[in-house]
Amino acid sequence: MSDRIKLVVIGNGPVGHNFLEYLVESGQSEQYQVTVFGEEPLPAYDRVHLTSWFKNQDVADINMVKGDFYPDNNFILHTGDKATKIDRAKHVVISESGLEVSYDKIILATGSFPFVPPVPGHERDNIFVYRTIDDLEKITAAAKTAKVGTVIGGGLLGLEAAKAVMDLDLETHVVEFAPRLMAVQIDDGGGAMLSKKIQDLGVSVHTQKNTQNIGDGDSAVHKMSFADGSELETDIIVFSAGIRPRDELARAAELQMGERGGVVINNNALTSDEDIYAIGEVALWDNKIFGLIAPGNAMAHAAVDHLTGTGDSEFAGADMSTKLKLMGVDVASIGDAHGNTPNSRSYTYVNDREEVYKKIVVSEDDKYLLGAVLIGDAAEYGSLLQFMLNKMELPAEPEGLILPSVDGSSSGIGVDALPDSAQLCSCLNVTKADIITAVQAGATDMAAIKDQTKAATGCGGCAALVTQVLNCELEKLGVEVNTDLCEHFAYTRQDLYNIIRVEEIKSFEELLEKHGSGLGCDICKPTAANILASCWNNHVFDSKLQGLQDTNDFYMGNMQKDGTYSVVPRIAGGEITPEKLIVLGEIAKDYGLYTKITGGQRIDLFGARAEQLPPIWRKLVDAGFETGHAYGKSLRTVKSCVGSTWCRYGVQDSMAMAIQLENRYKGLRSPHKIKLAVSGCTRECAEAQSKDFGIIATENGWNLYVCGNGGMKPRHGDLFASDLDDQQLIQYIDRICMFYVRTADRLQRTSVWMDNMEGGLEYLKSVIIDDKLGLAAELEQEMSHVVDTYQCEWKTAIDDPEKMKRFAHFVNSDKQDDNIIFTTEREQIRPVFTPEETLAVEVK
Amino acid sequence: MSNQKEWENICETSDILPNIGVCALFKEQQVAIFKVIDQTGTEQLYAINNFCPFSKSNTISRGLVGSLDDKIVVASPLYKQHFDLATGICIEDSTVSVNIYSVRLNGNNIQLAA
Ligand code: SRM
Ligand SMILES: Cc1cc2nc3c(=O)[nH]c(=O)nc-3n(C[C@H](O)[C@H](O)[C@H](O)COP(=O)(O)OP(=O)(O)OC[C@H]3O[C@@H](n4cnc5c(N)ncnc54)[C@H](O)[C@@H]3O)c2cc1C
Ligand code: SF4
Ligand code: FES
Repeated sequence: MSDRIKLVVIGNGPVGHNFLEYLVESGQSEQYQVTVFGEEPLPAYDRVHLTSWFKNQDVADINMVKGDFYPDNNFILHTGDKATKIDRAKHVVISESGLEVSYDKIILATGSFPFVPPVPGHERDNIFVYRTIDDLEKITAAAKTAKVGTVIGGGLLGLEAAKAVMDLDLETHVVEFAPRLMAVQIDDGGGAMLSKKIQDLGVSVHTQKNTQNIGDGDSAVHKMSFADGSELETDIIVFSAGIRPRDELARAAELQMGERGGVVINNNALTSDEDIYAIGEVALWDNKIFGLIAPGNAMAHAAVDHLTGTGDSEFAGADMSTKLKLMGVDVASIGDAHGNTPNSRSYTYVNDREEVYKKIVVSEDDKYLLGAVLIGDAAEYGSLLQFMLNKMELPAEPEGLILPSVDGSSSGIGVDALPDSAQLCSCLNVTKADIITAVQAGATDMAAIKDQTKAATGCGGCAALVTQVLNCELEKLGVEVNTDLCEHFAYTRQDLYNIIRVEEIKSFEELLEKHGSGLGCDICKPTAANILASCWNNHVFDSKLQGLQDTNDFYMGNMQKDGTYSVVPRIAGGEITPEKLIVLGEIAKDYGLYTKITGGQRIDLFGARAEQLPPIWRKLVDAGFETGHAYGKSLRTVKSCVGSTWCRYGVQDSMAMAIQLENRYKGLRSPHKIKLAVSGCTRECAEAQSKDFGIIATENGWNLYVCGNGGMKPRHGDLFASDLDDQQLIQYIDRICMFYVRTADRLQRTSVWMDNMEGGLEYLKSVIIDDKLGLAAELEQEMSHVVDTYQCEWKTAIDDPEKMKRFAHFVNSDKQDDNIIFTTEREQIRPVFTPEETLAVEVK
Repeated sequence: MSNQKEWENICETSDILPNIGVCALFKEQQVAIFKVIDQTGTEQLYAINNFCPFSKSNTISRGLVGSLDDKIVVASPLYKQHFDLATGICIEDSTVSVNIYSVRLNGNNIQLAA
């Protein structure tokens, strides 16, 4: 144990963490006794996605640490404890809390801090920086009482910060010293287009403003005074004026430093002390600090390789090309964006209507790409980057690469032409060869590729390109990704839905005859029944449909393990009168049913024999109950909280809304079950964010969250729209629900549907809110058909003695199934286990 | 080999809906009977044991019928294993099978024989 090499990692940011992951991957981690110091209270999180964290404020979304990574690998992590000194003579690291840890090797991964220029007034209250979760929490808190927010600095991070300020519903300003935004990465033309697009979004952009003083405001907290005599009043200021390496430890330890800061490293990420490595934003290589994650990871790799001797990768500088979505605007910068290379040529395409700006910089002979700027549409980013990185020869007329092709054909790069060594994902350093290896090892979709290679799990900029390579490789292997529903239909569920709608098909026989083969099966029959119900909403016992129903739908109850059924009446919103409670109690008592409150806020009666279902439901229907569709792929429950009527915090009547929604959507057949919940205030007692549709009351109406899930793979819902009134809320849910019914796969919950949707949440918004596909009216109309034709299936069927015959266990006898045996446990019935199990219980 | 079967009347053919099973009590045993409409539109009768060996419940008659390749099958309703209606053999695990029974239409009557 004690002969392990003592390794101290200082800084638990993304790069420090990735170092440890690489160390584990190297297979050598057991040789090391690892201690990690992190100044922040939380273990490593993904800073790159800080702005998206803002939306849900759920740390789990950006946590980088998988499971018990630290304890599993015996890494000791001290969070909230800063290293304050490296004593090189004694070979110890000392921490703020007083720990003294001796080391053989140190990894310095302390990152950087936001630079705040010493403008008079910069130390006033309500002035922030934008780097940590803590910073964002402070900004959020301050925003509660603010109206105007201003970001100083119009670079990449400044615009990210502006997005956050805008999301806090503040009037947003960006103040930039230079004559254009993102001065480092893009040129004048691109900067102008970017300004225009951002102003369209309601952000005021002030360029060429040099802030000279911050003092008391008249109408707001601060007044900013600029060198040109103009002023701006604002309640909040966020500084984003560049970063500086956190090199104080190294400086005190007298490591070799750059003139303007940063710890000097060589190609192995080694500092001037051969026992100390520096990686990430604290490190200075070739006089450069790299303010991006990819170079930091490359340094971490080089450090692991050198430290363990398991590889020979070196850090040899990094390409600083970037592709971002800033406030929904695509922005990309590649290589020599400014055309600084002597004699280079450039080609520019500007489209004012679409607000697109594209420029490429090429070598004198038009042969090689040197750089590019893309604003408003960065679709070509991946291929342009590959042309540059791999020095691939350009087509004869390189401008074709950025001109829109009139005939729709793409003049981009054929991914097949890329060399195997081409780096597709720079964040995680994944090459084309890595993707090919993963495909050969059996990966057939992006989820598997992400899992196995980590490609596209950083900034996401490479996802499109990686997908193309994946598809191309699959094609080469002759793998046809089979999306057929089953052997009887060479169609997806979505295809079948369209066929049924368009051809107005009303029966399975017709569908099979026109578009299928064989007799059908337990996959396609219920799917067809489900689609037919979504479209035409006929009764499950309709003579054309009854043979298609899964046993649960056929018996309008859920079959249990012993062949009995459960009975779940609808209890909309979980609200129930004492009278109805008593009826349920009486029925359960009369038929000796096991009674339980479900996780869906209603009551389930278990253990009913098929032949008991009709008399039980007769009583329920007479008492005013309806079927709860617990058996269907359909709306289940709308969970509620008690809301403003009773709760001291409630701001809307969540109870009434839950009941209204449950009654509206009950009976709707869908690709998988649908659950909703309505909470009366932000405390969220109804757990709405884990539902397909989650509705949370606000002072002004309702916030709608979509595509949440509990179950096997929980997913938090995405905020779809805020402060909706009742009518808008229902309109949006109508549309989304029907769009889901139309386009989802069989047994695909809305969560997975969303995760697979190209364009994701933004796309869904454009379809539902902006009506991009011109479908909104149709979707609403389809929903209103379903709502208008609702019938309680039990109520309709129960008066038809012919239909009730099918519930008898035997066609030729009144006897009961003698295989159903109950015993009692906790004063209620339960099925007797199989003989083996019974025996096992006895032996115990 | 004896072809002298003893046929027993079970029910009328109208008691069984096309492609939907029923369960019959036959010599103290539970038998699932299916009336499958094949691709030529002809009715074919099948009878197999109602007991599902996987879930150990009497539920086979409540399964969905259909075809897999060229076999006519029923899917057990609880865990969805398929049984070949002609042979009783489980498609997913050919070491498991259920009994089959002789079934015929005699006039209006569905009849079973052991
Ligand atoms: C009865 C109940 C458990 C209980 O005793 O409380 C239950 C029982 C079943 N659940 Fe559930 N689920 C019940 C609440 C839930 C919840 C909680 C909730 O709704 O708030 C969840 C997680 C939330 C969610 O769905 O996102 C839940 C997630 C599942 C899943 C996993 C779905 C997923 O997307 O991962 C399944 C499996 C499936 O549907 O494929 C499932 C499937 C089932 C089935 C249908 C399994 C089956 O096929 O036999 C169970 C049969 C119910 C029956 O026989 O009546 N049940 N199930 C609850 C009935 C609620 C109701 O009133 O209708
Ligand atoms: C809002 C935002 C958006 C960004 N977007 C992108 C993007 O799209 N693409 C991209 O490539 N990059 C992006 N970046 C930059 C990226 O986040 C950084 O490159 C990356 O975080 C650097 O990682 P690091 O581990 O070197 O440093 P850091 O992330 O700064 O982590 C260093 C950690 O060390 C801790 N620490 C410092 N000193 C000590 C000490 N003495 N003892 C203990 N702990 C200490 C710090 O508290 C910090 O937690 C973005 C950054 C921000 C803030
Ligand atoms: S958790 Fe599993 S066992 Fe429990 S009710 Fe849900 S599906 Fe059944
Ligand atoms: S390039 Fe950032 S995730 Fe791949």
